[in-house]
Amino acid sequence: MDEKKLAIIATKGSLDWAYPPFILASTAAALGYESQIFFTFYGLQLLKKKLDLQVTPLGNPGMPMPMGMDKWFPVLGMTLPGMQGMMTGMMKKKMKDKGVASIEDLRDLCQEADVKLIACQMTVDLFDMDSSEFIDGIEYAGAAAFFEFAGESDICLYI
Amino acid sequence: MADFDQELDASGLNCPLPILRAKKTLNSMDAGQVLHVIATDPGSVKDFDAFSKQTGNELMESKEDGGKFYFMIKKA
Repeated sequence: MDEKKLAIIATKGSLDWAYPPFILASTAAALGYESQIFFTFYGLQLLKKKLDLQVTPLGNPGMPMPMGMDKWFPVLGMTLPGMQGMMTGMMKKKMKDKGVASIEDLRDLCQEADVKLIACQMTVDLFDMDSSEFIDGIEYAGAAAFFEFAGESDICLYI
Repeated sequence: MADFDQELDASGLNCPLPILRAKKTLNSMDAGQVLHVIATDPGSVKDFDAFSKQTGNELMESKEDGGKFYFMIKKA
């Protein structure tokens, strides 16, 4: 049986959107897929040594809010200073209580399972980021390198 | 009383951790050995079935008892 391949492009740098790429890639690896995640634009935040990922209720009407806060303070209430930090804290606590892995853990599991993590070199340059900010064991490449793998993949996701 | 070679308690863990821990434990086992997994995530019932079909590790038993889920997986 040929090894299946999963290619993911991760473009988002928020706590909630950090989950799909790492959950899917680590699970695919456990199922025997050769997996690769290409991190571009805000997705590069997911490769930082020190993660500071936040979740925002702003512009996100689907986010469940405690105590009906969204009804009492629609939209503008979500812009109050400290709101994002508070929501992030609550989300992290909820995840811990429900036995959901942290992003750090899932990322480690991906690396242990040989999921290839690739940073988009162009975006790294664009944002004046330095490779010292990123975790070890990642590669740097461009669009053509992504297609070399994605072109042979069985599943290709843009997240 | 069914026999198994190793046991993994994944109680309290949510998707995809039970599968990832099971895979890791199976990696350290020999072919033909049996892993017993305990989980509380209701999603793990379908997930272990799918895991077994895709990896070839046989799901010998899958049952629920008192809100917990028990799986017997034979390593291929």
